[in-house]
Amino acid sequence: MDNQDVSITIIDREGETHNIQAPTDMAMNLMEVVRSFELAPEGTIGVCGGMAMCASCQCYILSDTELPEMQDDEEAMLSEAFYVKDNSRLGCQIPITPEIEGLIVELAPES
Amino acid sequence: MITTDIIIIGAGPTGLFAVFEAGLLKLKCHLIDALPQPGGQCSEIYPKKPIYDIPAYPEILAGDLTDKLMEQCKQFQPGFTLGERAETIDKQEDGTFIVTTNKGTQHKAPVVAIAGGLGSFEPRKPLIDNISDYEDKGVEYMIKEPEIYRDKDVVIAGGGDSALDWSIFLADVAKSVTLVHRRNEFRGHLDSVEKVQELKNLGKIDLITPAEVTAIKGDSKVEAVEITKKDENTIIVKTDHFIPLFGLSPKLGPIANWGLEIEKNAIKVNNALDYQTNIPGIFAIGDVNTYPGKLKLILCGFHEATLMCQAAYQIINPGKRYVLKYTTVSGVDGFDGTRKEAPKAVVKAIE
Repeated sequence: MDNQDVSITIIDREGETHNIQAPTDMAMNLMEVVRSFELAPEGTIGVCGGMAMCASCQCYILSDTELPEMQDDEEAMLSEAFYVKDNSRLGCQIPITPEIEGLIVELAPES
Repeated sequence: MITTDIIIIGAGPTGLFAVFEAGLLKLKCHLIDALPQPGGQCSEIYPKKPIYDIPAYPEILAGDLTDKLMEQCKQFQPGFTLGERAETIDKQEDGTFIVTTNKGTQHKAPVVAIAGGLGSFEPRKPLIDNISDYEDKGVEYMIKEPEIYRDKDVVIAGGGDSALDWSIFLADVAKSVTLVHRRNEFRGHLDSVEKVQELKNLGKIDLITPAEVTAIKGDSKVEAVEITKKDENTIIVKTDHFIPLFGLSPKLGPIANWGLEIEKNAIKVNNALDYQTNIPGIFAIGDVNTYPGKLKLILCGFHEATLMCQAAYQIINPGKRYVLKYTTVSGVDGFDGTRKEAPKAVVKAIE
């Protein structure tokens, strides 16, 4: 089988950098990848399960990777979240696809 | 003192189903939940969202699931302490437990089942340096008594339904209402958004967007807030109250200090047997527990609740014999005197 993984870099909340291979064929999103690699403690990320309703998976996009455009619910959630910067996104709204190869993100602090 | 057989902490789906399973074993339950209504996350976070993995329901809205669980357990007459957070637990000499809430309500039972999900929902506090100094001195994260705002100046921050609804409500009560939100767009029911627009046009709500409250001023209580509007200088708005409404987030909270073994923000339990914690008599079921292979699914919570009740029966009725009965065979005898049973087969000769 072809390798369907993409390489992404995730900087965790302690500042540690993780280069990981994430599968593109399991309909995963970035929040789920963080959980599956246990890069943030359970219960501190993906609290709402991925409905863009809690902002616990907020991250800062550090590469110029082209990402799917922000939808209304993500934008609304970020407008009520804390530690929000111009490059903030919700990890649960970023699907793992071949297009995000090389993505670099940093997890926002827990709030 | 409220006495019962099983104190259930958390009135989400797992806790509600535990009431039914306990009832079949003639055990009475009392539920404690920090939220003002039963249903847990299902009613608080996503009542209108569909769930697709409840067995036999191809699709059910989370709010409807809550309603059905309430209906299913109602003949077992569960007690509820809602809007209060379980704060402390004390083991008595006779082996029973007393659970006390943050409001001082006491509950006593031989078995405690923690079905607390991700924890109790606490308001999300904005990142303002000295905000904790002003809590209950003009800063309130939840509106409990609207009357305290009568003829006062109030600043509300937030962009969701609660910020909109309370701005509308307080526009008639308070001397002035200022609503501050980081964006021009609000996320709420359309009629709430339109109503705020109308009140703004009438001058009854002062809307400041896109802006943020960035500081609180005052000697021993809130006297003013500093509001920073995007790309503009900060302004100082005199106010008696500052009400940040940024939603709720679950925190394990006081349960974390009960001497239970915690791992990954969850309570470790014995999954080979009955989901008991390291403290005999205290169980943890549903999303709040962890064990090898744990899945945080409602359907797993139902299973865990069922096994927990069997163990609770043995604690409450030591040595008493019992075998599992099927509801189809035995029916369901409610504590309220009702009985549900399968209709008798018709036996009639064919001439």
